[in-house]
Formats: sequence, structure tokens, C-alpha cells
Amino acid sequence: MYDFHYHRPKTLADAANLLKGKDEARPMSGGMTLIPTLKQRLARPSDVVDLGGIKELAGIKVEGNNVVIGGMTRHADVASSADVKGAIPALAYLAGHIGDPQVRNRGTIGGSIANNDPAADYPGAVVALNATVTTNTGRHTADNFFKGLFETALSDGELVTSVSFPKAEKAAYMKFPNPASRYAMVGVFVAKTAGGVRVAVTGAGPCVFRVKAMEDALAKNFSSDAVKDIKIPADGLNSDIHASAEYRAHLVNVMARRAVDAANK
Amino acid sequence: MNAPTGIGARVKRKEDQRFLTGTGRYVDDLPLARATYAHFLRSPHAHAKIKSIDISAAKAMPGVVAIFTGKDIADAKVGGLICGWVVKDKHGQPHKSPPHPVMAVDTVRYVGDTVAMIVANSHDEAKDAAETIKVDYDEKPANVDLAKALDKGATEVHAEAPGNLIYDWEIGVQADVDAAFAKAAHVTKLDLVNNRLIPNAMEPRAAAAEYDKGTGNYTLWSTSQNPHVLRLILSAFVLGIPEHKLRVIAPDVGGGFGSKIFCYNEETMVTWAASRVGRPIKWTAERSESFQTDAHGRDHVTHAELALDKDGKFLALKVETIANMGAYLSTFSTAVPTYLYATLLAGQYTTPLIYANVKAALTHTAPVDAYRGAGRPEATFVIESIVSKAAKELKVDPAELRRKNFIPSTAFPYQTPVALQYDSGNYPPIIDEAIKIADYKGFEARRAEAKSRGKLRGIGFSSYIEACGLGPSRVIGQLGGGVGQWESAQIKFNPTGNVQVLTGAHSHGQSHETTFAQVVSDKLGVPIENIEVVHGDTATTPFGMGSYGSRSLAVGGSAIMKAADKIIAKGKKIAAHLMEASVADVVFEQGTFKVAGTDKAVPLGQAVFAAYVPHNYPLEELEPGMDENAFYDPSNFVYPAGTQICEVEIDPDTGVVEIVNHTAVDDFGNIVNPMIVEGQVHGGIVQGVGQALLENAVYDKETGQLISGSYMDYTMPRADDVPSFKLGNKVTPCPHNPLGVKGCGEAGAIAAPAAVMNAVHDALAPLGVSHVPMPATPLNVWQAIHGARAAAE
Ligand SMILES: Cc1cc2nc3c(=O)[nH]c(=O)nc-3n(C[C@H](O)[C@H](O)[C@H](O)COP(=O)(O)OP(=O)(O)OC[C@H]3O[C@@H](n4cnc5c(N)ncnc54)[C@H](O)[C@@H]3O)c2cc1C
Repeated sequence: MYDFHYHRPKTLADAANLLKGKDEARPMSGGMTLIPTLKQRLARPSDVVDLGGIKELAGIKVEGNNVVIGGMTRHADVASSADVKGAIPALAYLAGHIGDPQVRNRGTIGGSIANNDPAADYPGAVVALNATVTTNTGRHTADNFFKGLFETALSDGELVTSVSFPKAEKAAYMKFPNPASRYAMVGVFVAKTAGGVRVAVTGAGPCVFRVKAMEDALAKNFSSDAVKDIKIPADGLNSDIHASAEYRAHLVNVMARRAVDAANK
Repeated sequence: MNAPTGIGARVKRKEDQRFLTGTGRYVDDLPLARATYAHFLRSPHAHAKIKSIDISAAKAMPGVVAIFTGKDIADAKVGGLICGWVVKDKHGQPHKSPPHPVMAVDTVRYVGDTVAMIVANSHDEAKDAAETIKVDYDEKPANVDLAKALDKGATEVHAEAPGNLIYDWEIGVQADVDAAFAKAAHVTKLDLVNNRLIPNAMEPRAAAAEYDKGTGNYTLWSTSQNPHVLRLILSAFVLGIPEHKLRVIAPDVGGGFGSKIFCYNEETMVTWAASRVGRPIKWTAERSESFQTDAHGRDHVTHAELALDKDGKFLALKVETIANMGAYLSTFSTAVPTYLYATLLAGQYTTPLIYANVKAALTHTAPVDAYRGAGRPEATFVIESIVSKAAKELKVDPAELRRKNFIPSTAFPYQTPVALQYDSGNYPPIIDEAIKIADYKGFEARRAEAKSRGKLRGIGFSSYIEACGLGPSRVIGQLGGGVGQWESAQIKFNPTGNVQVLTGAHSHGQSHETTFAQVVSDKLGVPIENIEVVHGDTATTPFGMGSYGSRSLAVGGSAIMKAADKIIAKGKKIAAHLMEASVADVVFEQGTFKVAGTDKAVPLGQAVFAAYVPHNYPLEELEPGMDENAFYDPSNFVYPAGTQICEVEIDPDTGVVEIVNHTAVDDFGNIVNPMIVEGQVHGGIVQGVGQALLENAVYDKETGQLISGSYMDYTMPRADDVPSFKLGNKVTPCPHNPLGVKGCGEAGAIAAPAAVMNAVHDALAPLGVSHVPMPATPLNVWQAIHGARAAAE
């Protein structure tokens, strides 16, 4: 690890100020991604601004038809939240299947979506539920937030403050974990909300994506039969020692069917 | 009454108090005053010429104490690392022995090869400095693919080994085997790759060294499985430090699985540099260094053929293997695919003729050496895969085919056609017991039930044999081994009656502190809490060979028994004197000397006290003191055997394999602590399951980069990957060691891969799948299913 200046501000405004104008400054939430990166000397920030001391960033609220989760909320808290379990059990399930207990007790939703690891679980939920990402400077729709491999709509110094998920009529997440890392090798989140049906796939490609053909079929008939024959092209999907693009494409179909079945239960 | 603590008792581990409360002391925990920290700059290339190394900027970096490169080592005339086992090829020529410099001089040969050592006041400063070293590499093509390593035109790893061939070795008479094949009613053929594994001990390798200018003494703390052997190698071959001026201490060591047997560059460098730097030097591998530089395991490409007669009796077995050695020959690498592999190819069977040809090949990858089971898992995988395949082809029950060919219990000692003479065993009751525990009869019903849930269920057998308890020194010498394989023990009573047991074996997870104490407690009647087992320090323990090859109890425990016999013999003389009886009339029972037929008795403790305070003592005939040592050289290996039965369910949609049942029945001879033995079996099975389903060391075939270089890509088995195991045991005591024990440390890992893979193949057979590569990852299984379906369409 290289040396850096460490800050632990108490307010969002202080955090934003500490980051402002410093190209090499980095916010830190749970540190579950950032710290290993630092330890391997893959990043050399001038400053690390720890968001852990900012009370307003953590916590879960139900606001009307939405569940609003603060950026600093740990995966374990989402997994065990009665509000989340009541409104969107699939989201609690997803959070409960991220990493291991240590990771779930440190890692946060803000850190996870800001990082936008192609194999992360949360992006699937954010896109399938058509959530809104709130930052200290504005809002992003789910479809606009995730831009590409480790790329988001956040600008320098912009901080995720909360994510607002509309309640779902039906929703389920099916994760096929990478055997080694247990990140999502393929994760399919299927949701039926007031806004319609969405199918979001994480892990399979460089960035979370939607499967329009499945969404259309499910809008007509929300059953696994409806997606059974919808094949995903392997082109552009990730390929590595754990899964070829073809295998990933195949798993998208299997996980989608299973997610629909689970959502219907 | 106190709980029993003798042989056969489930005594809780004495060492767990410190291990479970975080008070173990590992190399990295050592507080060393004025310590410096070493970091190794490693090659990012699999194969390159070093045109130049510029350390000038690094030398000026803050905190840097010293920097050494391969040239410094060469100039200081430090010897290279050695391979301690000379294997003679089929023409009687010793294996090719390319140099193994402790640091690369002009060529790097694998990703992770050592290029420079930076010593600084802190680890971070050493790493900062390393980043400023400029190495000008001239990259060369790498030879990574084992299957092609011996092909004409493959890039050579060392000029000293033309064509990358270390040896072309054989055992058996090829013509006889060919003749038997010509008469066979059926021949089963098999092509296998035994996947390469990375050991992943929980504690990474570490070394710390200190040089005392006043005495000229060196002390090396190392994560070693065999500190005496490490000292011997460093003294006699590499550094030239006289043996008595080098003390090697292996304190608590967090697992080794073989990877900590060997003498490595880093501990050599740390020791050598300690005197030059004038301050202690510490080094602990980072996990990524462990992945890149711990000696890897397995890595064979094999073709095998089994000839059977019309009744299903095995007539002959033919095996051709290319074994990966990596870029340099590690300490015992040459022996693993020959004497620890091909000599095991008879398995539990009467196969009268066996021919094996093994070619050891160099590649631009990390060195490969012994890893839990070392050669025997590879042999078992070949035999047990081909036997199960033959059963499938002949449509006979795999258990029946095995039973038909088992060596009968009346045939022991049994001379195999591949050099070994099995001392004891009784295989049919083992498989019967396994079949009972696994409810083999009920399997077809379970298969049908699984099918109704859309799952493919399969069952697989693996009946293994292993030769362990290394070993009879004379035999090992004849086969080219460079060391003796006896073990030592010293039983040292204190005047107050408690005992120190010093052993040349080393515990890095095996629980010697408990097992050895049980042996002594049982034999001498001393309460177990009054016994301290000491190991791992060349300054305090007698010279010994360390722990590997499931040898500690069979050989080390036997040495303890011999030392205990000497204690008893001496005690008898003292007791006879005290009781005014004749020595011949004195018997020793449950810790007390007695004169048969009288009520005269002298507890051992009293005899010990008399030996240390010899006021009433036969000083004319007997030395005072109660301190005996012994060396034990076994007359043969020991031959544990067993059968594992694995049952899997496969999800045909995803290719995921789930182990739903796993049974292991073993014959380990007499058992000292069943709980510890079960723990060893559990761990071994999990490692075997790891090899079968999860673990795979993958190098990029072009660049030689280690793709599975972290836990993000190297799949370690986790608790939820395995079911609760069902264990059983059968005992045929070892006839040639005093405890009647065999070894249990490697068995689980030896048998499990074939059991799991046979179950996978059984499950997939209905789909027409004939081969799934190991590990049977979801991808490999799905591709096999997909391929079979495509072929059927
Ligand atoms: C062993 C292990 C297993 C894991 N398994 C999984 C898994 O199965 N599924 C999964 O989805 N993830 C997994 N993760 C990742 C985990 O979920 C992390 O928590 C997550 O990637 C990052 O969250 P964090 O709070 O730790 O972020 P940090 O590590 O603190 O930060 C990550 C990045 O986001 C930036 N950042 C942090 N907070 C904010 C913010 N509020 N606004 C803007 N930028 C911010 C940081 O600067 C950094 O670049 C695993 C991690 C580990 C170590």
C-alpha cells in the first residue's frame, strides 16, 4: 500500500469538500474493493475519504411506494431489514448472497454500484427494479447510471447518497456464482413493478444489461415458459477460465427461467 | 475416573488451546530486534533474457539497507538449489540436472522467478524500492503446454536438458505386457489429464534469519516441514555454512501439504544475506507469491490401457505419462512421478504385468513437486478411472470387477510387478463395509428419485492403495534417494517425573503433540498432561527427517516406542535394585515395576527420581539419569488401503455437480486417536474433492501468465462444497512396526478424485458422455453434456 492522507468527515458536505479539486482523492465506503486494490498497489490515491462516519448516509426507509437505502448501508443490513424483506424480498435475498459474512458486514450498496464491477450483484437489482440513484449533486435513472466496465455516470467527486427502489409486485434474483470468487458469473434479476416487467443480467457481460425479448414475452405471460426459448447471443459476453461466452449465454436463459419461477412462488 | 488418554482414545488436541485462542507462534510473529524486511522482485515474464538490471535508483530509496541480484549470488559462489533424488532413466543414465540458481542470473524461466532481493527497514520501503529497479528483459517464447513440451521444436527451458526431457523412465517389461495385450478379450483405453494444483497452505511460506557476529552462528526460522533436512541441504550443498553453525527452527507452521518440504530460494537468500546485512531479515510471502512460487502439485498427461480376459480378470496394464517438472527441479520432484507413482500402479489388484513409461518434462512454469499424496493420487486416479471405465464397457458392476481382481488376504506379503511388496491388507471387507455404509443397494432407487427432480445421479468407487511411512533407507538409497528415511526420538524424563518427548518429525497440522503424547502415556503410564512433545528445532531435537509421506507415526512413533523400551529396560534395572529383586523377575505394568507374585512395586516416577538422585542406586553398573534416544529405520513402507464411494447429483441445465454422499472406509492399521484420524480423512477428502471439482492451476498457454493466481480464480473447496462424510474403518495391523500403524495423512486426497470423477461419469453416462476433464467444473460438465447432445443430434 502506498501512503495516502486519510480523512473521516462527519457530514456529506465535508466529504464533498475534501474530494473537491483533488483528482487523486477517492471516497471509501466499506473498503471491501478499495482496500484490496490499495494493498495490491493497483491504486495510488492522494487522499482516502472514509464515508463511514457520515450518519445521514446509512439506513433504510420506506417512502411511499419506494424503499430508500442509504449509500453507506451495509449488505448485511439490507439482507436482514424487515422493510426490505417486506417490500422487495428479492433485494434482501440478493444482499444476503453477496460474498461472505465479513464482506456483507463491511461492503455497502453505494460502494458496490459506484464501483460497477461487471460481476457485482446489485446492478442487476438497480436496473431490473428501475431504481433511482441519488447523489450529492443530483439523480440518475438506473438505465443511465451503469455505463460500462467499471464505469458509471458519476462525475469526479460525486457521491452516491442513496438508492430508491420501487416496490415490486413480483421479483426474484437468481445468481450463478463464479466457483472461485462467488461473485455473479451470471445473475438474472426479474421484476414486475408498476412500471412493467424488466429482466436485468449481471456477470455475463462487461456491464449489467437488459433482455428486451424476455421483458416483452414476460409482459404478455409472466411464466418461465414464456422465456424458455429466448436465446441470448454469446457475442460480447465475458469469457474466462470459468465460463465461455456460450456457457454464459446458456446460463442467462436457465437463470431467467428459474428467477421467473421463483418470482411466481 | 479420568477420561482415557492412551492408544485408541479420542483425546482432544493439546495444541488446540493455543491454535484456537490465537496464541500460536508462527515465523512472522517473531519479534526480532533491529529486523529488516526482504522483498523479492520477481519476473513478470515466463521466459526472458535479462539484458541488464539497474538498481542505482533503488539503492537511494528511503529505508533501503541492501539489494542483491543474481550476479551478487553468483559472485559469492553460492551453490544452486538441489534435487535430492537421482532417478536413472531407462538407459541407466541419471536424470538431467539443469542448474537451479537461487536468483536468476541471465534468464528468467517462469512468472515469479526471483530477480532481486531488496532489504529495507520496512516491507513497504522494500516494495517501493523494488518498483524503481529497472530490468531490461528480452522476452522469449514460452513453453507452457505440457502436452507439447517434448515436441520437436518446443522452446527449451534449459540447454542442459535437450528437448526439455529430464528423463525417460520405465518400469516393467514392455514386451511381456504387449504379449498379454495381444491375448486380451477386452482392452479399455483412457486418456487423462491430472490437473495441476496449488497447495495453498493457510500460512504462507516465511523465513527469518539472524547472524551472530560474535559466534558466527546463523539461526533460520522457516516454515519448514523438515528443519533438519533443510539445514542439511543449506549447509552441505547451497550455502556452505557448517551444519553446527546453522540452527533451523520451524515453529508453529500453518499447513504444508508437501509444499514446505523443499528448500526454496527465499529462505536461502534470507539466511545468506543476514550476515552481509548484519541485521536480522524477515520475509513472509504474500498470497500472490504463494500462488506463483510454492511448488505446485500433480500435472500429468497420461494414456493408459488395461487388458482383461473374458472373465474380467486383469491381465496387464500399460501406462504412459508425461509429468511436468516446471522450470527447475525442486527438491524431490524427480521421485514423485516415478517411485511414488508408477510403483503404485498395481493398486489393490493382482494385475500380473504392468509397464509404465514416464517422461519428465520442463516447462516455463513454477516447479512441481510433492503435494499431499505425491504420485499416489495420480496413480490411483489412473487405475481407479480405468477400472471403472472397464466395468462400464463390459456392463459389469464396478464393485464386482474390483472384488474379482483384489489381492486375496491370503496372498500377503504380496509382491507386485512394480517393485513394492505389500506387507498386509484385507481388501474385500473394506469394500463390503463401504457398500453397506453407502447403501449401494439402494442407489438405483435414489437415482430414479433424483431423475424425477430433473437431476442426474451417479455413484463412483475408488479403491486405493498407498505406500507411505517413508521409508526403508536401504530401498530408498537403491532407488536414488539422497537421504536416509529413518526417524529419531528422545524421551527425556525430568527429576520430578514429567517427560519431554523430542522428535525429529514435525507437526504442521498433524497433531503430533497429542498423538505422540498418547503413545508415550500408553506405553509408560505417564499422565498425558505430564508429557510435552517438542519438535521443529535443530538445536534441541535429535536429527530427524521431518514430516511428509504419512510417515510421522509409522516411523517417528516407532522411534518413540524404541526409546520407551530403553526407558523401561533401564527402569527395570533401577527397580530391581530398589526392590532387591532380580531384573529378570521385574515386570512393567501400567507405569509400575513389579516383581511377579509379590506385592513389591516401584512406580516409574520413583525409578526416575532414583536415577536423578542416585543415593540408593547401582552406580557401578548403571549411569544415572533417565534420558534415552532411539533411531528407527523401517523394514518396509506401510500400505494403507481403503475404498471411497462418492455419490453425486448433477444439474444438467447448469452442469453443477453436488456431492450428496461420500463414504470412506480405510485400513490404517491400529489407530491411536480416532478423532484425529477422522480429521485427517476429512481434510484429505476435501482436498481430493477440490482436485476433482474445483481446483485448477491455469497458465496462459502463450504467455505463461498464471491466470488462476488468486482466490478470485483458483477455487478452494469450502465447507458447503462437501456433505458430512460417512467413515468406517477396518484394521489389519502393520506387521513390521511396533505400533502396528499405517499412515492416514494422505489417504483421503489419494482416493477421492477418482471416486468423485467416477460418480460424475456414472451420472452422465445416460447422456452419452464418455469423458469429462478434471476438475469437473460446471463449465467442463456443461460442455461435455452439450457436446454429447450435439453429437446425438
Ligand atoms: C471476498 C469478497 C467477496 C465479494 N463477493 C461479492 C459478491 O458476491 N457480489 C458482489 O456484488 N460483490 C462482492 N464483493 C464486493 C463487495 O460487495 C464490495 O462491498 C463492493 O464491491 C464495494 O463496496 P464497498 O462499500 O466495500 O466499497 P469501497 O471498496 O469502499 O469502494 C469501492 C469503489 O467505489 C467508490 N465509492 C465508495 N463509496 C462511494 C460512494 N458512496 N459514492 C461514490 N463512489 C464511492 C470508491 O472510491 C471505490 O472506487 C466481494 C468483495 C470481497 C472482498
